[in-house]
Amino acid sequence: MKLIKNADGTSKKISDQNLLLTITIAVFLLMYICAVVFLGSGFLKPQTFFNILNENAALIILSCGMSLVMITGGIDISVGMLTALVCMSCAVNLDYNGGNVLTSILIALGIGAAFGLVQGYLIAYLEIQPFIVTLAGMFFAKGMTTIVNATQFNVANEEFQALKSTRITVPGMGSYNKLGNYVPAYVEIGVIVALIVVAALFAVLRWTKLGRGFYAIGGNSQSANMLGINVKRTKFLAYLLCGILAGIGGFVYFLHVGSGSPSHASGAEMNAIASSIIGGTMLSGGSGNIFGTFFGVLSLSTIKNIVSSLGLDDAWWTNITVAAMICLFLVVQSVVLSRKNKAKA
Amino acid sequence: MKTLEKPVQQKPEGKDGGSFIKSLVRNQIFIPIAALLILVIFNLVADPSFFAITLSQNSAGYPILSGNLINILDNASELVILAIGMTLVTSASGGQDISVGAAIALSGSVVLRVLCGTESRPETLQAPIIVAFLVCCLVAMIFGAFNGVLVAYFKIQPMVATLILFTAGRSIAAWINNNELPIISEASFGYFGNFIPGIPVPTPIFIAVLCMIIIALVLRFTKLGLFTQSVGINSESSRLNGINPEFIKFITYVILGLCVAIAGFIKVSRFSTINYSVVAKDIEMDAILAVALGGNALSGGKFNMAASVLGAYVIQFLTTTLFKFNVISSALPAYKAVVVIILVVLSAPIVRDKIASVRKKLSAPRTAVKEANR
Repeated sequence: MKLIKNADGTSKKISDQNLLLTITIAVFLLMYICAVVFLGSGFLKPQTFFNILNENAALIILSCGMSLVMITGGIDISVGMLTALVCMSCAVNLDYNGGNVLTSILIALGIGAAFGLVQGYLIAYLEIQPFIVTLAGMFFAKGMTTIVNATQFNVANEEFQALKSTRITVPGMGSYNKLGNYVPAYVEIGVIVALIVVAALFAVLRWTKLGRGFYAIGGNSQSANMLGINVKRTKFLAYLLCGILAGIGGFVYFLHVGSGSPSHASGAEMNAIASSIIGGTMLSGGSGNIFGTFFGVLSLSTIKNIVSSLGLDDAWWTNITVAAMICLFLVVQSVVLSRKNKAKA
Repeated sequence: MKTLEKPVQQKPEGKDGGSFIKSLVRNQIFIPIAALLILVIFNLVADPSFFAITLSQNSAGYPILSGNLINILDNASELVILAIGMTLVTSASGGQDISVGAAIALSGSVVLRVLCGTESRPETLQAPIIVAFLVCCLVAMIFGAFNGVLVAYFKIQPMVATLILFTAGRSIAAWINNNELPIISEASFGYFGNFIPGIPVPTPIFIAVLCMIIIALVLRFTKLGLFTQSVGINSESSRLNGINPEFIKFITYVILGLCVAIAGFIKVSRFSTINYSVVAKDIEMDAILAVALGGNALSGGKFNMAASVLGAYVIQFLTTTLFKFNVISSALPAYKAVVVIILVVLSAPIVRDKIASVRKKLSAPRTAVKEANR
């Protein structure tokens, strides 16, 4: 077991937070091994793993933002619909309004930042409950998507198509197909963006004053206030960051699907919350880990892949297994938390 | 944070006694009434024919009342019933149940399964309707109890705990009926969601009123209201006063389960069939909105049932008004969101304090005289 050195040199048993992270990673590995054992060597190909990344790059970014606000003790349920709005706006900009990739990226960031600003202001400075504010944000984004354009359409812009089909080959990870030809493994641009976001956010949360502030106000906002942290501003920044990340995630999603539709990314907010929970972020705030969230997304999508490969293709089995998994993790978290409280008392 | 804030909020109550509580209640129900008044005036100005109620005959030859007001009262029934349960849950646990939409699909599915038996399009009902209703109540209460156990005994945040059923509910609903869409041709089943022959008022209105009367009686003659509020305000001190906070939280979820069963029963009765992925979609958001519109704190504690119920009607009124002005249904949420934001901003304590301080400044000379006299 990993030991953690305290400041005074004594070592103590693995902390609860790291325990949750360890559980998450262990479950992911276990699940992946199960997939390999029961479903054959398809899961052993690196490309299968990279495909999971390709499909979930946007979800990873959204989940990072979600974890951030969950660490501060809040929630943002507008991210899913915000993704749909970003997709639709970018698509309309590219195809109907003669925009190029740069303007559409700016639009995506702008929409995300605007939502983050308004929601952050309402939550942090007017002290309205996050749930109700972001619920309104979700409704607004949902309605705006259809006002921008009511029907689904594929983007034909060449510049965008070129960006969309850009594949970054991963050296040494390719495989031979049935004909004996070498097929290189690849990831999409979105994956690179997602990995950068994960790394950057991890660094911010671990090593900057702002990052520690997020944990502090999530743990106990009154003591954070007494320690001289500007609680309102920190909270505001968390929602602003989450909004911007939703904008980035929205564009990555757009890059993956290449179309605008009101039904895009429906339920993504719940997937993001689920991933964060599986990753060990507690909704009560004050604890969480971005790497955990990353593995949370991977676990969630692996289980979905397993269920669909088992031939239980019916969508309801996926939902039921995902729900069972969330249930399991919640109970584990709850047990960990009560054990911690008992140790304190 | 909660425990530190609460006493501060309650201080004025002790100072001014009964009159303050009265004015607070008046204040709280003021929000939905004001919203309703604004909507009514807006409609009166824009198009007075909005309020017309006509007596016509339906296809079977029975007289029925129709008109926007009847539609609002009729369509709001499920929402009102849910708002009752949601208010209790919000008050006791300081969180919301987001699984009610999925649970409605589930209970509706159970009703159809019991009524249809093994066939998907039966000529006659395979079981009495009352049996189907009771089974559906039982199942919905079991699922409510599942949420309740997670929230009360495992101390999981309500929104997260109910996320489980939110994810799985509609899937389980489809699973119960083997993903078939049973259709009931028996006319008497439709009475509960439409009209009973000879009575011109839609049945859901009666059911909603009945639920309101029952909950009013329960709150009047039992300690349920008192206990839920005390658990919501401070669960530790209510435990020290001999209340079992876990059980109170648990029981509110079971009650919400019962509300869900009734709403689900009305919902399937309206159409005599079910569409698992569409039925009661987003109704959880509307139910939470109803509670918030009623001025109840979503973080738990004191609640006002009448305000929640009124909030539910306001939401339906808003929806119908927007439809009237040819807003396409998919763009509806955007307008709803704007209204909600305006309402919550106006009712936010900080904004209210600011307004109050502005008012105080205006009436400062008068209060100064009063203080001097004292």
